[in-house]
Amino acid sequence: MTNIAAAPSSAETAAQLPTKLAKGFVDRLVIIVPYLWLLFFFLVPFIIVFKISLSQTAISMPPYTPVLDFGDGISGFFAGFRELNFDNYTWLTQDALYFNAYVTSLIIAGISTVLTLIVGYPIAYGMARAPATIRPTLLMLVILPFWTSFLIRVYAWIGILKPEGLLNQVLLATGLISQPLVILNTYTAIFIGIVYSYLPFMVLPLYSSLEKMDYSLIEAAQDLGCPPIGAFWKITFPLSLPGVIAGCLLVFIPAVGEFVIPDLLGGSQTLMIGKTLWNEFFANRDWPVSSAVAVILLLVLTVPIMFFQQAQAKAQEQGK
Amino acid sequence: MNGTWSRFNITSIVLGFAFLYLPIVLLIVFSFNESKLVTVWGGFSTKWYVSLFHNQGLMDATWVTARVGVISATVATVLGTLAAITLTRYTRFKGRVLFSGMVFAPLVMPEVITGLSLLLLFVAVGLDRGFFTVTLAHITFTMCFVAVVVQSRLVSFDRSLEEAAMDLGAPPVKTFFQITLPVILPAIISGWMLAFTLSLDDLVVASFTSGPGATTLPMKIYSQVRLGVTPEINAACTILIAVVAIGVIIASIANKRREVQRQRDEQAAQRG
Repeated sequence: MTNIAAAPSSAETAAQLPTKLAKGFVDRLVIIVPYLWLLFFFLVPFIIVFKISLSQTAISMPPYTPVLDFGDGISGFFAGFRELNFDNYTWLTQDALYFNAYVTSLIIAGISTVLTLIVGYPIAYGMARAPATIRPTLLMLVILPFWTSFLIRVYAWIGILKPEGLLNQVLLATGLISQPLVILNTYTAIFIGIVYSYLPFMVLPLYSSLEKMDYSLIEAAQDLGCPPIGAFWKITFPLSLPGVIAGCLLVFIPAVGEFVIPDLLGGSQTLMIGKTLWNEFFANRDWPVSSAVAVILLLVLTVPIMFFQQAQAKAQEQGK
Repeated sequence: MNGTWSRFNITSIVLGFAFLYLPIVLLIVFSFNESKLVTVWGGFSTKWYVSLFHNQGLMDATWVTARVGVISATVATVLGTLAAITLTRYTRFKGRVLFSGMVFAPLVMPEVITGLSLLLLFVAVGLDRGFFTVTLAHITFTMCFVAVVVQSRLVSFDRSLEEAAMDLGAPPVKTFFQITLPVILPAIISGWMLAFTLSLDDLVVASFTSGPGATTLPMKIYSQVRLGVTPEINAACTILIAVVAIGVIIASIANKRREVQRQRDEQAAQRG
């Protein structure tokens, strides 16, 4: 009741207030400080990555020859354009390793996202239909693992999935299998790791869209003779679509560039781009090539990231 | 309401939570294992905790991580709160689209890209890699999470309270500290905690931006995990989990009390 009364008045003040405030020095400071911080520490670094991806590898510290350096003055800067080399990008297209790593990463992230959705949906649905009194507790139980270290949660699976690990011990003891399963250091282990680590990211947006749903719609459909599964696909799922999209993007985008999971659970046989970039940087010390790998990865992810931002902006609008 | 909670719903919740918690429970259980083999139970023992406290490298790394976490979470909370205010209050200014893009993109940005780009920035401006650079890097990516948490609270904030304060002659800054800040404080606190845990947790960005003498705990754990699973790491992980779990539980209890108090106040105000 209080909500309904408060809604129009807060909408009015929201329109008046910015004009009233906008003149102050403090207000400008509020905008400028985080703005400059993000420009300098988020945007400028990308420009540097792009610049270094066009330079040549050198044995020195830092291990590349600088290009487009303002140290040579403006004319030197423009002269530098002639020296730009796209060798690192040509290199990426010539070596099938990189192409395969990109494609494999996209496929693994895609499959993992679908698996996470399949695992997460029933949990979110069950939570949304739970009695209102226990919902906050259930919500906290989903969030709690997210607070414990990502590295630790991935590490915990090594002990479970090892050939002599707990899963195989249980399966052998119950007689379900006679030979230990090889799961660690395969793509299966990566799927398990991603689904496990990113599950809260899927469940939370799903839950928030399912919780808002009007369940009398389903009762109405069932009264009219629609079977439960039909009602699910015709009503529940379409209404939860914003949550599905948000959850899938929150899982898919970071999963493409994931390093820890493929490195610890996937072993040396599996190929993902985050791991390739890491090895290029730390093992081969080839900064220009790893920069080129990062630039391409960023380009590949531009479209899903823009979708994500639109979804965020839309959610923000609805929140108001 | 109870009638609609079907057996299918309950089963999926129980299985889901078992999946989420079983690995963590097993990890904790095997940190008390007498045997050096992590997967074979050899009796109860706390010897790995004792040896943990004699492991100087691990203790140093813990100290570095704690300092980086506290400093970066605090700065990130200030910057993130400012960013959240900017996003919700100033709907029109030049470069707003770019700004909201820079706030939301780091949430999903693969860590390898963030780490590499920040490292190249530090090299370009000639900063020596170490404690300072890790802290700067952590501030940058955690402030965006703080911004999102605080923003969700600001959106539901009743602006007429601020209006009233300013109509009564309170300057904007005073209004913020006396009216707005107390209301959004729970979100700011959970923002700080989120920033702290993200910093505590981060391996990839820290590996890129850290230098000699500033090895963080995740970097240390990672280098030991690569050599094999040991009960000592289980013990270190258990302590980390315990610290975070206790913090989260205390915070949520405090939050709940404040919420109950607030509701009581509101009811009292309406009656009066």
